[in-house]
Amino acid sequence: MAKLTIDDLKKIKEKQKATFTLREGGSRAKITVHMGTCGIAAGARTIMTALIDEITKAGVEDVITTTSGCAGLCAREPMITVELLNKAPVKYGDLTEEKIREIFSEHVLKGNPVEKYALVVGSETTY
Amino acid sequence: MEKYRANLLMCAGTGCVASGTPKVRAAIEEELIKKGLENEIKIVLTGCNGFCAEGPVMLVYPEEIFYQKLTVAEVPKLVEEHFLKGRPYEKLMFKDIEKRHAIPLMNDIPFFKHQVLRVLRNKGLIDPDSIDEYIARDGYMAAAKALTEMSPEDIIKAIKDAGVRGRGGAGFPTGLKWEFASKSVADQKYMLCNGDEGDPGAFMDRSVMEADPHSVIEGMIIGAKAIGSSKGVIYVRAEYPLAVQRLQNAIDDCRERGLLGNDILGSGFSFDLEIYLGAGAFVCGEETALMRSIEGQRGMPRPRPPFPAHKGLWDKPSVLNNVETLAQIAPTILNGPEWYRQLGTEKSAGSKVFALTGDIRNVGLVEVPMGTPLKTIIYDIGGGMKNKKKKFKSVQMGGPSGGCIPEELIDIPVTYEDVVKTGAIMGSGGMVVMDEDTCMVSTAKFFLEFTADESCGKCTPCRVGTRVMLDMLTDITEGRGREGDIETLQDLSNDIIATSLCGLGQTAPNPILSTIRYFKDEYEAHIHQKWCKTGICSDLCSFEISEDVCTGCGACARACPQGAIVGEKKKPHSIIQDLCIQCRSCYDRCAFQSIKIGPAKEKDKTAVAVKDQEE
Amino acid sequence: MLQEIDRVIQQYKGKPGSSIPVLQRCQEIVGYLPPEIQKIVARGLKTSAAEIHSVVSFYSFFTMKPRGDHNIRICLGTACYVKRVEEVLSKIKDNLKIDVGEVTEDKKFSIETVRCLGACGLAPVMVIDEETYGAMTPKKVPEVLAEYS
Repeated sequence: MAKLTIDDLKKIKEKQKATFTLREGGSRAKITVHMGTCGIAAGARTIMTALIDEITKAGVEDVITTTSGCAGLCAREPMITVELLNKAPVKYGDLTEEKIREIFSEHVLKGNPVEKYALVVGSETTY
Repeated sequence: MEKYRANLLMCAGTGCVASGTPKVRAAIEEELIKKGLENEIKIVLTGCNGFCAEGPVMLVYPEEIFYQKLTVAEVPKLVEEHFLKGRPYEKLMFKDIEKRHAIPLMNDIPFFKHQVLRVLRNKGLIDPDSIDEYIARDGYMAAAKALTEMSPEDIIKAIKDAGVRGRGGAGFPTGLKWEFASKSVADQKYMLCNGDEGDPGAFMDRSVMEADPHSVIEGMIIGAKAIGSSKGVIYVRAEYPLAVQRLQNAIDDCRERGLLGNDILGSGFSFDLEIYLGAGAFVCGEETALMRSIEGQRGMPRPRPPFPAHKGLWDKPSVLNNVETLAQIAPTILNGPEWYRQLGTEKSAGSKVFALTGDIRNVGLVEVPMGTPLKTIIYDIGGGMKNKKKKFKSVQMGGPSGGCIPEELIDIPVTYEDVVKTGAIMGSGGMVVMDEDTCMVSTAKFFLEFTADESCGKCTPCRVGTRVMLDMLTDITEGRGREGDIETLQDLSNDIIATSLCGLGQTAPNPILSTIRYFKDEYEAHIHQKWCKTGICSDLCSFEISEDVCTGCGACARACPQGAIVGEKKKPHSIIQDLCIQCRSCYDRCAFQSIKIGPAKEKDKTAVAVKDQEE
Repeated sequence: MLQEIDRVIQQYKGKPGSSIPVLQRCQEIVGYLPPEIQKIVARGLKTSAAEIHSVVSFYSFFTMKPRGDHNIRICLGTACYVKRVEEVLSKIKDNLKIDVGEVTEDKKFSIETVRCLGACGLAPVMVIDEETYGAMTPKKVPEVLAEYS
């Protein structure tokens, strides 16, 4: 790959921002599984596997799954963040395989956040 | 943030951006300039606060007035009414204030509400293995600025003006460190990163390396430019395999994209770095020991001067910065020193990451402005004690070099200076919270076991002294404490502090000194009354059931491994003292707090032996 | 095995400060670092056996004793201490009838203690081989060990 210039950086930034924020990426939902050491030890891999399994089963193509680092609230791991297009992101905690399957069908597919498992809605402010 | 009369917190979440935040923001900025208010009112972009359907939304501080469904057309009116005439613009004010969300909002939950994310700016947001996602969040823009627009002097000045201090423990000014190394003349200089996070109870560096490896690399590139280094090393503990893997992946991506290597971003500046795996020695967190370790030797500290800024790794000028320190360099360069100083105090500027652990409800990693009261961190963010029935006793800060802060000092603001005054240190930011069931003598002993084990052995006061103190503490916790032990411990501590070469020895006695300072009565009870009031030291306690509290539920009897608890159902139980081995199971199990812990009792030890034989 | 070690040495030969990475790789290959291996490394890197031994004995990552098939590492960090990891440790010792640093007679398990593993959120923590077990209690010990026998 060719070396980057500063202009390239800006282009990547703009291009990525689009996919990042779902708007122009053509995706309807993004599910982030928080996978730091704590999360993995608490079972984040099982969550990821179950999630991919559900997506395959449902045959949906506009749902992105991605991994990210620790969400900070180790006491409630494993955690995920579900973000639907133009909706506030919702964080779920203390997950199990059964819960993730329910969240997938209710929140991701039907658009109704699963209140009983949700920790918080919104994202944190970065300064 | 005090400098402005008002702050406008505009939501920059996906929903609001889609419904027009950027345009409204531009309109407000223009309007403020038109009215000459741009120096009084500041716009801050925030994360999503959950009112997407009402977007774009904006919160005005300090009045805390919430505006919704902003449009460009309404902006002139809004600015004139609210900011010029000082009366809230009712038309756009949030009406349905009673409308409760089923799921709590960020601001309803203290854990999130009190945090500000700078070092952890990308936590949980980006894929750590994707350089493009890092770039999307302003990644490498600071490096680009530093490499093409700034001289080394400019960079150092920016970091000095911001007041960035090392986040690894002592809080040495980072800009000054860079300046020393920058002025050293040599054919080769080294930019090093300390990822040998060793303080037990601290895991912020692991988390940053795992969640946002590029932020560390970018900080190193900027530092390298400042000091004139072309080679860097990240020293990481081998116990952090995931961090190593993600850092390596990030380095590979950078090399491929030309962000590491020759002529970075066409600036003519060259820098490359590699990872070095630590082999498990706590003392290697000390800078000279870490450098010896990279050279392939025993990681033993050496006297300073010469300081590493003149003679460090391979005797070349070197700078060693901690992971968290490096992760905050990029936004500081990009946004400037004033931005950095918006948070924190004069001497302790910016924000700090803390690892909350122990007997606390919300175990986790948090970032708050420097100067946040300890109480806010423990009770609001941390959610208080895990077991609501237990009282807070102490919070340990600074690991084996730190101390225990007691309840009466919980109102202090957390800054380098205020924490040191308590006898603890800021350290890398581990906060281990302990409730009333923690024995402070045993806690001091725990830390001494650690330092006695990790002392490299070079200096006699540290090597032998920590061992002698550990033996004394063991005697005290096992009932062999003697009159005068407390004074001897204090004397020995002061000698070790005065005569050790490196930070490990100079701070090793801190856990003892601080527990004696605040919990002397516990030491005295252990020594004179042979009484550990928490029941942790099993040789120094006895258990008894207070009959007027006991409901006779039988939970304790079922928990007792010795069968030492007897009693009829629904009637007060009692403990057969000769059989009791002080395991504390009954105390932990009792829901009514009917079990009392008293001083050790003389007992017929053969009873336990006979029982064991029967089984 | 010796060939592999030789390859590692050739790769690092002449590079200053390479003793620690070479020893780390050798330990991966052999499982531990007995005097014979230390001598081979010393010869290969053209340094004295004493120099190599001084490094091996200094760092807790290196071991001169063989480990069991499954190595149990118990975290003795502060958070784990506060959450009474000691009770978990003594349960494991009782169960396997060995002490820290020893190997069971059938060579199946060995126990080591480590400084903070940085997974304090899950305290008390132990690691068996590469798998992390969080929120351990003495009660859970037999079940977890059963997974490996």
